[in-house]
Amino acid sequence: MTATPLPEHPDWLWRTPDPRSSYDVVIVGAGGHGLATAYYLARNHGITNVAVLEKGWLAGGNMARNTTIIRSNYLWDESAALYEHALKLWERLPEELDYDFLFSQRGVLNLAHTLQDVREGVRRVNANRLNGVDAEWLETDEVAKVCPILNVSPTTRHPVLGGTYQPRAGIAKHDHVAWALARRADEMGVDLIQGCEVTGFVKDGDRVVGVETSRGRILAGRVGLAGAGHSGVLAERAGFRLPVQSHPLQALVSELHEPVHPTVVMSNHVHVYVSQAHKGELVMGAGVDAYNGYGQRGSFHVIEHQMAAAVELFPVFARAHVLRTWGGIVDVTPDASPIIGTTPVENLYVNCGWGTGGFKATPAAGWTFAHTIATGEPHPLNKPFALERFTTGALIDEHGAAAVAH
Amino acid sequence: MLLLNCPWCGPRDETEYHYGGQAHIPFPGTPGDLTDEQWAEYVFYRDNPKGPFAERWVHSTGCRRWFNVVRNTVSYEVLAVYRLDEPRPDLPGLAGLPGLPGRSDLRQSADPAGGNR
Repeated sequence: MTATPLPEHPDWLWRTPDPRSSYDVVIVGAGGHGLATAYYLARNHGITNVAVLEKGWLAGGNMARNTTIIRSNYLWDESAALYEHALKLWERLPEELDYDFLFSQRGVLNLAHTLQDVREGVRRVNANRLNGVDAEWLETDEVAKVCPILNVSPTTRHPVLGGTYQPRAGIAKHDHVAWALARRADEMGVDLIQGCEVTGFVKDGDRVVGVETSRGRILAGRVGLAGAGHSGVLAERAGFRLPVQSHPLQALVSELHEPVHPTVVMSNHVHVYVSQAHKGELVMGAGVDAYNGYGQRGSFHVIEHQMAAAVELFPVFARAHVLRTWGGIVDVTPDASPIIGTTPVENLYVNCGWGTGGFKATPAAGWTFAHTIATGEPHPLNKPFALERFTTGALIDEHGAAAVAH
Repeated sequence: MLLLNCPWCGPRDETEYHYGGQAHIPFPGTPGDLTDEQWAEYVFYRDNPKGPFAERWVHSTGCRRWFNVVRNTVSYEVLAVYRLDEPRPDLPGLAGLPGLPGRSDLRQSADPAGGNR
């Protein structure tokens, strides 16, 4: 294995226009999902009179804070369809966007440490295959072949009893993904407006007709919310509630190392997930902090817990130094599945509730959300993910396959 | 790490506790009368404020008792700790804790004793 050189740091890829007084569509949040939505609004629906508003800087929220893992091995049919659509889009996006954002299909291992983990894993592999998602069950010795630096000794505290493996899963260079989408959206006429916080909504009765922002009022035919951890705050400003709770989720990276870690390893039971970035950092994540928070920092005991798990699984990392830690704010739903669809406010649409796993879904979130905004109706892929499911009870309980405690 | 002051045991690290979500969500007083929308409100919808938030914690590795905390969800400052049988302190930012339609109905009908549990 050799280190892959990074793409050149790009020059300015998009314009920085002042906001106009009105647009056909305003998207709130210029993270991966907001940018993908704008891109597919233009590409799939020919809607280019679009502004994407970002209170900070483009892709500086959760898009800059995630652990870049892409996979589609979810349990339920609805989720498998959505995430597999995303994975198929990922596979063609570098060429389509003419931008090598280092999508690396190095596979994802989800380890099993208990008999129940084994049963859940085997069940999920079978469910995945029925849904056309590539998945394999690996016994312990096969796990060791995929990732030789894993400690699969039976004498560890949480021995590896096997694992699920999705070979097509992997990682991508998250910043470059955002920039690639931003460049294309910009080229097609979308205004990407940074430093522009949405402070309120302009309504005509129960219908939204624009947004109030830190840079003035902007009228809009339709408004799409893609504000991740702040979706609850935005909904409150628009006068409705979302069944989401915002939690800090933190991750960390080590100093740079030679390429030693060939895949992505996740473990629900001991709760860590590890991959090695192209540049050489070990990228590690854990679960969310239990409490609600918007502070973009997490609890130290969570780091202690995940590091203990990582060192047990990967003794080779025992002397690696932590380079930096950070936190993002994730909006968590009761069934660990996203909400993509209409809201009680007419012409106002929401894409939220991705919890700890929004990055992998970026293209499918954009694809389905753009469809919903453009047509006013859900795409078949996001129809089951409507807000109404919390009233009808048709939940999509993905706490197991979400793989991160939340 | 948060430092929470258990009303019975005193200040302890966050790791001794478990989180219980929003406080003051009483079981509906007349459950047979609730619509599906009201049940959804009761089961799935919670406030998610950026600022002071009244929430429940349990001292799971200590006295194992529940209590309430008002905490700022941005600064993580603990503004008040009080027992379940004590009223919520009247702090700035908490006045009213406005609920949306459905929730306020639930609150009124749910707790005929008028307690703060």
